[in-house]
Amino acid sequence: MTDDLLDGLSDPARAAGWADAPPRVGFFTDTSVCIGCKACEVACKEWNAVPDDGFDLLGTSYDNTGGLSANSWRHVAFVEQPALPPVDPVSAPVDALAAAAEATPDFRWLMMSDVCKHCTHAGCLDVCPTGALFRTEFSTVVVQEDICNGCGYCIPACPYGVIDQRAGDGRAWKCTMCYDRLGDGLSPACATACPTESIQFGELSRLREKAERRVATLREQGVSRAHLYGADPDDGVGGDGAFFLLLDDPEVYGLPPDPVVGTRDLPAMWKRAGLAALAMAAAAVVSFAGGRR
Amino acid sequence: MVPAADFRSYYGRPVVKPPVWKRDIPAYLFTGGLAAGSALLAAGAQFTGRPALRRTGRVSALGALAASTYFLINDLGRPERFHHMLRVAKPTSPMSTGTWILAGFGATAGPAALAEVAPLLPERGPLGLLRRALPPLGATAGIGAAALAPALATYTAVLLSDTATPSWRAAYPHLPVVFAGSALASGAGAGLIGTPVAQAGPARRMAVCGAALELYGAHQVESQGLLGEPYRQGRAGRLLRAGRALTAAGLAGAVLGRHSRVASALSGASLLAASVLTRFGIFEGGVASAKDPKYTVVPQRERLARRQAAADGS
Repeated sequence: MTDDLLDGLSDPARAAGWADAPPRVGFFTDTSVCIGCKACEVACKEWNAVPDDGFDLLGTSYDNTGGLSANSWRHVAFVEQPALPPVDPVSAPVDALAAAAEATPDFRWLMMSDVCKHCTHAGCLDVCPTGALFRTEFSTVVVQEDICNGCGYCIPACPYGVIDQRAGDGRAWKCTMCYDRLGDGLSPACATACPTESIQFGELSRLREKAERRVATLREQGVSRAHLYGADPDDGVGGDGAFFLLLDDPEVYGLPPDPVVGTRDLPAMWKRAGLAALAMAAAAVVSFAGGRR
Repeated sequence: MVPAADFRSYYGRPVVKPPVWKRDIPAYLFTGGLAAGSALLAAGAQFTGRPALRRTGRVSALGALAASTYFLINDLGRPERFHHMLRVAKPTSPMSTGTWILAGFGATAGPAALAEVAPLLPERGPLGLLRRALPPLGATAGIGAAALAPALATYTAVLLSDTATPSWRAAYPHLPVVFAGSALASGAGAGLIGTPVAQAGPARRMAVCGAALELYGAHQVESQGLLGEPYRQGRAGRLLRAGRALTAAGLAGAVLGRHSRVASALSGASLLAASVLTRFGIFEGGVASAKDPKYTVVPQRERLARRQAAADGS
């Protein structure tokens, strides 16, 4: 049952039964040019009529959204990094302060607009018991709001912690990659609003080529840690429909370093459950065969 | 900080979302197991001519099934849409598989319990006909329920493990053992409460088997290094330790108090309470593992390092 899921699918829409599927589309989010303007967050909210998620000051740099949720389908992460471990200005000797100022030529600010990954092997879609989550003709993953009954299974099933239950509504919500806009030949709202082309939308295969070239350019320029995240079709989720260029380890941005869809281990899980079920039946037989009383 | 837990994160925020399930779900884990254990006990009693034990098992199975249905529907974000579960049968979704197992169990355990009213019906007239028809129907249905019971008791382990919740996923080889044992022990516990000692022998032996599996499985779950930690600490740790104590007490009572109806009933109650605590402990342990990014990042980093080492070695 999972054989189809386990070999890297190049065309998930066709595998899901769309005979005349258009090419797979996706997002390439290049964090090296993100300026943290949050236009993507705003455009997403406006276009998709996503409700307010509260006015919170989180004390986490300029990030007052916190993370992706039922009411935040784009989330801009802000990471402030000194180039050297900070020196305590009160207790440190003056020489040490001067040395630190010299050795710390720059302070680094990482910004990254996170979004649903629209996985090739989507855990949320696999576990959905109502069929509310489905694979669109564009190979994206979308929740049908008229079908979802709020069972909540997709929420712990997502290896990226993206999809969430909306309080007061009960159903699960996440990025649709603007399914309505795609159908009309438009780009998603976030990519359209992004002023620096940090969020690029297009045919996934072309985006992957473009991203490879961008990484090579950055490395030539001395940004040695630039790397792609979610672009490998052989990773634990078969590659992401929305992938990223990162400048530090994924967990620094709140992303899992090695996500694996639960479905990959499902046959092994059922095997163990089957053994336990057999043990249970055997215990029942033994209990009644064991004696006359 | 211990070196193994040295990791980076985004302001200490969780990477994966903890489950949004309310207390209904761990409660269902218990009632679903109780229904399964009771159905097995009833079927065995049916084959070996123990009418009191059979009656207890069938009634307990139906009661637990009704409670399970209530918990499952009540936990939904949109309870009025519970029937959307029946739109599809999806092998990749343990919840879909479980829905159909539970539906099949309901269709068999229900009539089996209903058949127990036969002796209360009049001997003549149309109801008299029913009085004669019900017992064979109940026997057939009881066999069906018992056939589905092991699946009903163990699929919930797959349901929890097929997630990104770190301590549930990692425990997949052992959770089914805990759940199978807990189901047997709770079913046996209900049998010990509702059956005179003369017919309760099999329930006693089932209690021993179930308690042994439950204790062994829980020990394995707690022993899995970093990802066993959430089961040893905090609320989950307290629940699982209390569950273990009550399982041991119930086990001792079932064996030593075999000539006393009161001692048997007390040990049965102890086994039932132990099953509740164990289910809530397993549930809470998973939730705790999802809330701390350590349990997501560190094992994944170690996996990457192992893969890198293997690639470098070859």
